[in-house]
Amino acid sequence: MMARIRKIFRSQKVITICSMVLGILIIIAIFAPWIAPNDPIAVNLVYKLQPPSWEFPLGTDHLGRCNLSRILYGTRISLGFAMLIFISSLSIGLILGTFSGYRGGWIDHALMRFCDGILAFPNLILILGLVGIFGPGLKQVIIAIMLVQWVYYARMFRGMVLSLKEHNFIAAAKISGSSQWKIIKNHIVPNVLPPLVVMGTLEMGWAIMDISAMSFLGLGVQAPTPEWGAMIHEGKSYIRTNPEIMLYPGLVIMLVIVTFNLLGEALSDRYSIKRRF
Amino acid sequence: MGTYVLKRIMSIIPVFLLATLLTTGMIHLSSVDPAEAYLTAAHIQPTDEILAQKRHEFGLDQPFLLQYVNSIIKICQLDFGISYVSNKPVWDEVTYRIPATIQLALGSIVIAVLVSVPLGFLAGVKKNSLIDHFSRALSFFGASIPSFWLGYILIFFFSVKLDLFPVEGIGTWQHLVLPSVTLALPLIAMYTRLLRASVLENMREPYVLFARTRGIKEKTIMGKHVLRIAISPMITGLGMNLGKLLTGTIIVEAVFSWPGFGRYFIEAIFNRDIPVIQCYVLIAASLFIVSNLIVDLIQMFIDPRISRKEGQQ
Repeated sequence: MMARIRKIFRSQKVITICSMVLGILIIIAIFAPWIAPNDPIAVNLVYKLQPPSWEFPLGTDHLGRCNLSRILYGTRISLGFAMLIFISSLSIGLILGTFSGYRGGWIDHALMRFCDGILAFPNLILILGLVGIFGPGLKQVIIAIMLVQWVYYARMFRGMVLSLKEHNFIAAAKISGSSQWKIIKNHIVPNVLPPLVVMGTLEMGWAIMDISAMSFLGLGVQAPTPEWGAMIHEGKSYIRTNPEIMLYPGLVIMLVIVTFNLLGEALSDRYSIKRRF
Repeated sequence: MGTYVLKRIMSIIPVFLLATLLTTGMIHLSSVDPAEAYLTAAHIQPTDEILAQKRHEFGLDQPFLLQYVNSIIKICQLDFGISYVSNKPVWDEVTYRIPATIQLALGSIVIAVLVSVPLGFLAGVKKNSLIDHFSRALSFFGASIPSFWLGYILIFFFSVKLDLFPVEGIGTWQHLVLPSVTLALPLIAMYTRLLRASVLENMREPYVLFARTRGIKEKTIMGKHVLRIAISPMITGLGMNLGKLLTGTIIVEAVFSWPGFGRYFIEAIFNRDIPVIQCYVLIAASLFIVSNLIVDLIQMFIDPRISRKEGQQ
């Protein structure tokens, strides 16, 4: 077992390290209440703008809240909602894309033209437009991102269904009497999974960036919820005296996005998949 | 070639119609009634009578198809309605703010091109050299740094610590430096990467081998032939990125208090100023569509193989 892990590690260094970092982040997100030294939203003006100490390892912000605890809790929002966006836009895209590719005809045509329409917008602008219509707030931001992102999955799945329909090995499997379940398990899933994993990894990075950008603009997470983008937004007024308040959350965002991007790139090299751009 | 140009120009019409359909349809997704939003923004006590009157004024009592057609006609006349907040035509407000945004965008494009063309080219020509590693690190981190954070880091070092550039505002060229650099970094990352890959790809082409066997100097081959052809995907990237650049300006304008279109858009979102939101989204989409078109046409002139391929189909 150990020997095998060591072998995988040696051949896939980047993938292993990135997965480990992500694993740690997920553990932090799940166990934030036990790991965090202080309550992330407890205001204590006596302790405001404190330098790092044993009680507050990364110091405190302008309301005396523990920076480290806020960053640790922020992991929950960023990772959790990025995952939610990924899963839900994936499901919508999977259902509509597969259906559209499978049925063909005017339904397919109409759906694809609709997708073209959505893709005619730079995606963050459409998200912002939708948030503008729905009104600011985390829920609205998540819905807006979902409404835009599913299009990419729908197109991907449609393309896959169309090309798989043509492939001989599916027909061959059918002729030789494989059951529907066996075809899906042995032939379709292995073909669909690698590009999906790569896309999902990159998508998570974008989603985290989008959520924090929205919160930074004040449109996403509302105070006092701890979120990295919102922390930078709050910390900016103290840039002259306490730059570290906005420094830490930015570093964490960067670490997370670098990890997702590196992982996505390594995976797409590994499975030689063309990227979206 | 003429038919291809015409075909390509015609192809934007359905996309444009869809884009207007989405912006018109957007209001109906909202939980807020535009008439009510208008009255709230204008500080008028909403009564049923005024609401009905406003709804009629906005054309909200008409069937959707008619609203859609009307909005297209209005857009063609550059009439984007009246801002709820300022009570002035949206188009006037927009044209007043757009020059600042264009200034910022141009500044960052200039910086991005000045940095990424030499860097990407050298990195491609001298693969695995120090400059290549540097370019790869830069393009990787440039794509991963959130620009709102980068902006503050630059402010901290260059304005607060070194006092070289002003923190915010607009006016002199010093004001333009930090925002443009912030906006340019993701572009530098993308263009360097694109150009490097394209140079590497082109160096494997037979024409390079042919030029070498003819005894042409390496410098001439690289500078005159490879660079000229390799730069073509970068032009595509430049055009495709105009949309991204526009989103970038929203964030950078927020960081540096730059009085441009992007900041106006964010204010409009907070105020629920729906005509301004629609106008911004539509202008962004039009810019995106038209820039893609122009890029396609430019590419066709640089590399005539494209139109010939299309013509054969």
